[in-house]
Amino acid sequence: MRFPVKTISLAVASVFVVFGCGKQEPPPPPKAEQPAAPPPKPTLTVKIGHSAPLTGPQAHLGKDNENGAKLAIDEANAKKLEIGGAIVTFDLVGEDDQADPKQGTTVAQKLIDAKVSGVIGHLNSGTTIPASKLYSDAGIPQISPSATNPKYTQQGFKTAFRVMANDEQQGKVLGDYATKQLAGKNIAIVDDRTAYGQGVADEFEKAAVAGGAKIVAREFTNDKATDFAAILTKIKSKKPDLVMYGGMDAQAGPMAQQLKKLGIKAKMIFADGGCTTEFHKLAGDAAEGHYCSLPGYPLDKMPGGKAFMEKYKAKFNVDIQLYAPYAYDAANVMIDAMKRANSVEPAKYLAELPKTSFDGVTAKITFDERGDVKDGAITLYQAKGGKWDTLETIGGAAPAPAQPAAMSGMGGMGGMGGMTAAPAQPGAMSGMSGMGGMGGMSGMAPAAPTEKK
Amino acid sequence: MDTFIQQIINGLVLGSIYALVALGYTMVYGILGLINFAHGEVVMIGALTALTVIKLLANSGLPGIVVVLIGLMAAIPVCMALGFSIERVAYRPLRSAPRLAPLITAIGVSIVLQQCAMIFWGRNYHSFPPILPATGRDIGGAHITDLQIVIVLLAAAIMAGLMLLVNRTRLGRAMRATAENPQIAGLMGVNINAIISATFLIGSALAAVAGVMVSANYSIAHYHMGFILGLKAFTAAVLGGIGNLPGAMLGGVLLGLIESLGAGYIGDLTGGFLGSHYQDVFAFFVLILVLVFRPSGLMGEKVSERA
Repeated sequence: MRFPVKTISLAVASVFVVFGCGKQEPPPPPKAEQPAAPPPKPTLTVKIGHSAPLTGPQAHLGKDNENGAKLAIDEANAKKLEIGGAIVTFDLVGEDDQADPKQGTTVAQKLIDAKVSGVIGHLNSGTTIPASKLYSDAGIPQISPSATNPKYTQQGFKTAFRVMANDEQQGKVLGDYATKQLAGKNIAIVDDRTAYGQGVADEFEKAAVAGGAKIVAREFTNDKATDFAAILTKIKSKKPDLVMYGGMDAQAGPMAQQLKKLGIKAKMIFADGGCTTEFHKLAGDAAEGHYCSLPGYPLDKMPGGKAFMEKYKAKFNVDIQLYAPYAYDAANVMIDAMKRANSVEPAKYLAELPKTSFDGVTAKITFDERGDVKDGAITLYQAKGGKWDTLETIGGAAPAPAQPAAMSGMGGMGGMGGMTAAPAQPGAMSGMSGMGGMGGMSGMAPAAPTEKK
Repeated sequence: MDTFIQQIINGLVLGSIYALVALGYTMVYGILGLINFAHGEVVMIGALTALTVIKLLANSGLPGIVVVLIGLMAAIPVCMALGFSIERVAYRPLRSAPRLAPLITAIGVSIVLQQCAMIFWGRNYHSFPPILPATGRDIGGAHITDLQIVIVLLAAAIMAGLMLLVNRTRLGRAMRATAENPQIAGLMGVNINAIISATFLIGSALAAVAGVMVSANYSIAHYHMGFILGLKAFTAAVLGGIGNLPGAMLGGVLLGLIESLGAGYIGDLTGGFLGSHYQDVFAFFVLILVLVFRPSGLMGEKVSERA
């Protein structure tokens, strides 16, 4: 790609000579700001960390995330981006945290020691939260594609961001949906007393009560339980028309079965923890008709979903599992901030991250003051014939279809002038510009919701 | 009223399973004075073995009940072999060692079994294929499935059979003699090692049955299911008086009922101050009360002498 305003970029780059603390190419610590030398252009390798479970039961999801981030980074490399006067090559350092909080912190330290410029990850809330402290202490920006526990961004770390709606937002949407669309008047709530389950259930309760529903029973179990007969019997006596469960699929599945065995007609409604294919396996034919929600749009409704799916399939020759589009967006948001800051140094581009306004594949991404994505979309599903059927998507910033103006945040940056000046090449800029303009998204199977956390 | 009956049914089903598992704890304790903490894992291995066989045969066209029976028949020998080996490898060499040593090996065996099961069957939850008819009947507004009726009746039959075995047969007499005093029984010509092995075999067979019942009733099995179940069954055995067979049965059923009624009514009784997450607190509170006033358990006797 040609930069018609190379001169400007050179001029800006030369300003950086003042701060220049450069290192020549091979040992590639991320902090180097190259003094702008006349041709040949200096090059710079920037390490970006990625962490997700690559072994164990969630290995397929972890690999999926890594592929998503890799796709974004390969595209950025192909564009030969110029940041701080040097041609930047990104290098993805992928680590395996095994979805284990202890392993998560080990991996985080490893990434910090490897001097990455930023981290995409982790996949699970359980690993993301403990790791976020380490990244914050090291001043390394972290964007999680899929951790939804509210606590992640509530710790006050300036380095913590996420591109997916959190559990609070999800509980609220579920509560609204239960009272408005499903006309729930008498609702029973069960939660598993984990941070996740309780959090979702509490937010649900607030929203449901606000929507005029009566909470007829509030029962509790735990995340290892298999016997729900006693609490369900009690719930049955209260004659609810909906049963909300805050927890994971391992309990939601058997609970659906026992609900049926006890002859309770009310349907269950639960958040993403139960919104998996595993739920169908565990609940069997008792799964039918229950409701659940997942953060984000279904793939076929994402602004750039179809195009992304094709690119992904072409590159990796596998189908998207679940969160790859979010990992892709997270990586692009990070690169975008680097470009706007015209620096790959964490301390410099971190200041640009909160100002992000990025048309991603999943949505238009802007962050609130805590680092949560603003107006995160939540999609509702209903179990039909052993699958999750998409009902509707609630919330979510309207994705701006192919509007180069949406990238205005970058306009002022001299080094980037060339980018905004080239809206005519959507293909080359696929990671950057909104892809909503791409038509023909219908008829696509949504990515099957699978297990998480 | 129908809710109350339903809670009683829930408690009876759960209690029958606790009782079967508790028998395994109490038999071993009665004879060896050892708490076999690996017993819960034997239940888990039984459940997962049966489930593996049942999944293989689920689409074979055989009637569901036959498939479950075949699974059970596969699980029983596996568990018996496992129980036998555990005793032979982990407990027999330590029989004359201080009390603490076999206790620690028991916990060790439990962890080893759990980890092996995790490696072999994975961390995932396994679901029980829906091959059993989901029919049931209504009693006074409460609903009980046929499977639950079978569980309660089968557990009762097994316990009655075990009582007959212990009280009326030659093997049972030898077991009682060994429990009374192993040295003297040995001098009287009882083959102590064989009797102890037999105890482990019987206890493990009961564990296999309980494992299949749990996974069939709750449609789920996983590698750490044995831990909580074992803990509850052990509690039931202590509640009834450890070392005492009728006590284990009574303790099991009682614990099931307490849990069920506790979860069902504790919220209403305390005006919402305590919720159903206090059901375990409730169950263990009852245990403490019983032990304070009857340290040997509800039906236990002479525990102090053996302990």
